[in-house]
Amino acid sequence: MAAKGRERPSGWYMVPVMTFFGVFAILPMVLVVYLSFTDWDGFGFPSLSGGGNWSRILEDREVRSSLVLTLVFMVLGWVVQTPIAMMIGVWAAGRQRNRAVLSSIFFLPVLLSTAAIALLWNSVLDPNFGLTQRLPFLDQFSFLGDRTLVIFTVAWVLTWQYVPFHTLLYQSAARGIPVSIYEAATIDGAGRYKQFFSITLPLLRYTLITSTVLMLVGSVTTFDTILLLTGGGPGTATRIAPLYMYITGFTGFEFGYASAIAVVLLVFGAGLSLAVTQLTGFRKMSSQQEGS
Amino acid sequence: MSPRRLTKVAVSATTLALLGSMAACGSDNTAGGSGGGEGGGTADVWALQDTSLNPIEEASIQRYNDGEGPGSVKLSTFGNDPYKQRLRTAINSPQAPDVFFNWGGGSLKEYVDAGKIEDLTPMLDENPELKEAFLPSVLAGAEIDGKQYGLPMRGVQPVLMFGNLEVLKANGINEMPATWEDLLADVATLKGAGLKTPIALAGSQPWTELMWAEYLLDRVAGPEVFQAIRDGEGQGWNDPKVLEAMTMLKQLIDAGAFGAAEDFSSTGYDAGGTTQLLANGDAGFHLMGSWEFTNQLGTNPDFVEAGNLGYAPFPSVQGGAGDPSNLVGNVSNFYSVTSASPNKEAALEYVKTALTDETYVSDLIKAGDVMPIAGAREQLAAADNGEYLTEIYDLTSDAKNFQLSWDQDLAADEASKMLTELSNLFLGQQTPEGFVAAMAG
Repeated sequence: MAAKGRERPSGWYMVPVMTFFGVFAILPMVLVVYLSFTDWDGFGFPSLSGGGNWSRILEDREVRSSLVLTLVFMVLGWVVQTPIAMMIGVWAAGRQRNRAVLSSIFFLPVLLSTAAIALLWNSVLDPNFGLTQRLPFLDQFSFLGDRTLVIFTVAWVLTWQYVPFHTLLYQSAARGIPVSIYEAATIDGAGRYKQFFSITLPLLRYTLITSTVLMLVGSVTTFDTILLLTGGGPGTATRIAPLYMYITGFTGFEFGYASAIAVVLLVFGAGLSLAVTQLTGFRKMSSQQEGS
Repeated sequence: MSPRRLTKVAVSATTLALLGSMAACGSDNTAGGSGGGEGGGTADVWALQDTSLNPIEEASIQRYNDGEGPGSVKLSTFGNDPYKQRLRTAINSPQAPDVFFNWGGGSLKEYVDAGKIEDLTPMLDENPELKEAFLPSVLAGAEIDGKQYGLPMRGVQPVLMFGNLEVLKANGINEMPATWEDLLADVATLKGAGLKTPIALAGSQPWTELMWAEYLLDRVAGPEVFQAIRDGEGQGWNDPKVLEAMTMLKQLIDAGAFGAAEDFSSTGYDAGGTTQLLANGDAGFHLMGSWEFTNQLGTNPDFVEAGNLGYAPFPSVQGGAGDPSNLVGNVSNFYSVTSASPNKEAALEYVKTALTDETYVSDLIKAGDVMPIAGAREQLAAADNGEYLTEIYDLTSDAKNFQLSWDQDLAADEASKMLTELSNLFLGQQTPEGFVAAMAG
């Protein structure tokens, strides 16, 4: 066995994974593309409608505005969440006992289900009976009812929900940085900030990319928190593209048109993650810990 | 066994297991289809989860199964939103129910047009006493193109105007508004007295906003204009009466009757929002389905028992073509039979006998349902809150027309679009003209 261990495993090893991937990823994608060329209200067999859904997408103002809104949440989410997650992650990587206790509290939202998070914030921010209505200063805002403010409210809740997960990524990555590098830097006279920007940050680069791809692709596909928190409202103020797809498909029962929106999101999300990995040289990733 | 051989065996075993589990996902076979031939099997009845209703339904099914009727029946229940999605996908499959709960109207028509629903007219023709057992305005809720596709299986739920009589009296308003002008005057009075939200509105749930549009169009134009919209006849949404009703609604919104848009737009009904606003005296009025009474009784019993919860039909509109006795709301819920049912005999027999069964009706009345059964008035009067229940019964039997909520009466895609546009109208993001143009376009 020892000698064979260095050989590449036979192709048969891929069969389970490829079967799984094919049935649960490739096949649904092919079906969605097919459905996007049909008219289907859920009854009978989908009837081909040519490019009907696609010409409708080009004229649908709501597709455009929901895509713009998706981008807004994406950029806002990344800009706010990345520095917070990185700072807490690096801080939590320290092995002091108080940090271990505090960070286990920080990670609590990871354990909560999305529904719990959305309903919790919904009742905290309720315009009539919410906690914020009992507090000075905060009671003058309608966090879920104001068309502009609601965007920041949703971004805040999403931050609250997702920062702990990304913090975990940064924490484990920061713990992987060899202490000897810091010791050498200290001997060379580098201070805390210098150490952070010259050692920690560069060595967290690949984690930063991983976390970024997860955030960007996540914002194109997930909408559960928004659905439960605002339902896309007030009006359509927080109706992001994946939510619009869901409403079209499962409230309006226009599965064909919803599939067309899904294809747009699929291309958008795949292109985005491809662009990020290409631009950052993620593919040429190699270990940065040689010599440790 | 050599390691290589072992690998191959392990790989094929894993693949087989995976494929097997996938196949299992697709063939989740319930007992429904296994009856074998017409009648002999177990008919599957699909209904919504409802803590007060489900035991009554179970008891009714138990009585049927203990009786002489053909085959047997069983109940499956689902939550509200998953129910509609599940029904939609299951109806094409062998897992389709034999009898299912629905709202009648246009949402049922989609299933009828797809050829999925059994026509119950022959059954009613053979049993005229069954037809006469139900109030006609309610039976009409599941009548499509002159044929009957469902029978009422629970109480009626018309939309009524509720009021906090204590708040109203404190401001010199001694009666619920009878006309639109009265309502506007009352709103101005309450507004002048410093009440931020004269009328409570759960704007985060657009179906509550829809109630206003439904009643206004009915009072202005009568039921025919909406029926033409639903049936795709005449001018549809372009009928000038639609614009007139929407403009009146816009005036009410702009007068601040519902308070500030950023407040009502995130106020809910499910979370007890508007119910609480009315009971607390933060609002004077609340337009809501008849279930609001039970809801108030559950959450604010003191408020109801002190006689402070007022209720009345929607105000009339002067010069409007609609009869003030007309109602809108949930006409009832219906049981329909699927045409492909392998257990049709049991399904039809159950629907025929169980819904007018004395125990079933009296159980539901005890649970607070206003059963649309001819002659149920005495029983209602004797029940708890009999005064309220008989009022609903009388309103329903006197109604010239009982319009089903538009979001249930239109096809799903049009309903979804309408709720979005309406919510924008309430937020001031859409004009009445824009609403009409968007819906007609």
